[in-house]
Amino acid sequence: MANIGLYIELKKGGFKKANRELLTLAAKSGHKVHAVVFCADPQPYMDELRGVQVVVQVQGADLSYQPDRYAATLAAVIEEFKLDAFLGAFSAQGKDLFPRLAAKAKAGLISDCLAVDLEKRQAIKPVYSGKLLAEYRVEGQRALFTVRPNVIPVEAVVAGSAPELKSMALDMTEPRTRIVEVIQSASQRVDLTEAEIIVSGGRAMKARENFVILEDLAKVLNAGVGASRAAVDAGFASSDMQVGQTGKVVNPKLYIACGISGAIQHFVGMKTSKVIVAINKDPEAPIFKKADYGIVGDLFTVVPLLKEEIKKALG
Amino acid sequence: MNIYVCIKQVPDTEATILVKDGKSINEANVKWIISPYDEYAIEEALKLKEKLSGSKVTAVCLGPERAQNALRTALAMGADSAVHVDCAVVLDSANTAKALAHVIRADKDFGVVFLGRQAIDDDASQLHILLAEELSIPVATNVLAFAFDGQKVRVEREIDEGAREVIEMAVPCAVAAAKGLNTPRYASMMGIMKAKKIEIRKVTLAETGVGEAANLVSLLKLSSPAEKPQGRVIPGEPAAAVHELVKLLRDEAKVL
Repeated sequence: MANIGLYIELKKGGFKKANRELLTLAAKSGHKVHAVVFCADPQPYMDELRGVQVVVQVQGADLSYQPDRYAATLAAVIEEFKLDAFLGAFSAQGKDLFPRLAAKAKAGLISDCLAVDLEKRQAIKPVYSGKLLAEYRVEGQRALFTVRPNVIPVEAVVAGSAPELKSMALDMTEPRTRIVEVIQSASQRVDLTEAEIIVSGGRAMKARENFVILEDLAKVLNAGVGASRAAVDAGFASSDMQVGQTGKVVNPKLYIACGISGAIQHFVGMKTSKVIVAINKDPEAPIFKKADYGIVGDLFTVVPLLKEEIKKALG
Repeated sequence: MNIYVCIKQVPDTEATILVKDGKSINEANVKWIISPYDEYAIEEALKLKEKLSGSKVTAVCLGPERAQNALRTALAMGADSAVHVDCAVVLDSANTAKALAHVIRADKDFGVVFLGRQAIDDDASQLHILLAEELSIPVATNVLAFAFDGQKVRVEREIDEGAREVIEMAVPCAVAAAKGLNTPRYASMMGIMKAKKIEIRKVTLAETGVGEAANLVSLLKLSSPAEKPQGRVIPGEPAAAVHELVKLLRDEAKVL
């Protein structure tokens, strides 16, 4: 039996949903699963982690995220517990941490996986922004994978005997790359890469202030607000809102595209959404070929109506 | 300071990509561009050079013969010199990092190394960090703001929900650009003329010590994803159509 390790990412002490997806993937493999958590007290997470065999608690005086320290610690965990494969989420932190870990552990990394075969150390990931799928294999002793959030359906935990609790000390080497401050965003926005629902606007939004109508709809749905490249380039939305090939790749269960024509570079950023809704004045817009449901109409009329209708439906 | 920028040549964002023989893409009719994130890297390198008198920018690109065109563009934008690591085989990120590190390390005075946060072909999103680790220098990724005060580099990088991490690094260091860092300039006519006269230095893969080294990550297969079946347009006046849409989202798609 192989030894599988999971990096459990916490956000302000909270347990991220992406962790449950990793736990589901690992539990299905039937191997010995080690969940690694950087925390002063693992108790709040033990219920979520009750399906694994070993919980590795990383302890230290200051556990705030420092990529070099985290990577060095995880490399030591992989060594100590003889982990054959180690997985994390392809989140903002995972993108920063796992390549560092790959270098330190001298292991191959496949990033942004949609499916992982732990037996064969193979994974499928989108390339050319999802225009193609690639199957890769990690050679050598140890394999690293980061998994795209929202891809693996979370299944209920099957708890066996209580996990064994082990501890490791945080690596205290002076980091070369030093995080000196974290600036929180003024508005508490829903993160697009992990959002369940996204409302997105294109060039037809006409002006930055018009995004208010999308924000109103998003509030009702507890959704994130995105934008097409055309809207970002026109100055209607900030670049961190851009969905598409040169922006964020998103994977929600519902994506509502408002006034977006559906250029290929946008489509590849949201095509794996479970359901795509398009609202566009132009019946010939390519987005209608790709959407599950479409409404031909002026978004300035349709979006507010949709907000009211959803409000009613959600009670 | 000797500033470096590593770039990759990739198919245009609007290009349709088709698989050839299961492991590579059909390159016929593909227009090649500098990977968009690498353009932000070039721009930031040039901005830094303009601030630091006596500094110069070297662009490095690993790839087949056609990669020279990407370097020509970087020179036209304002880079002073260019190095082409000639490589017609598929290297994984770790080997690419080794080859690029060989070129940069040969310059004892290298300072900031700029890259894009990912290349939009294999989307591996790790080269910049592997290169920095290879060079034993600090690295920040997904960078939206860059400053150098003569001593240290200070960057801001985007994390979740629009929050930003502020990172400080000593020089030399590596910086991986995200969209929003800057607006890349266009090459001027004079730049294009000047670029034509600059000789691109060629380095073979064997010279970098990578040669035919085994990859840690190997590509087994490329395929086109299944197309989504065409959806339907809901007819009727806006109010009626919206009513029907919400019903479908709740009862048929079950996403509400």
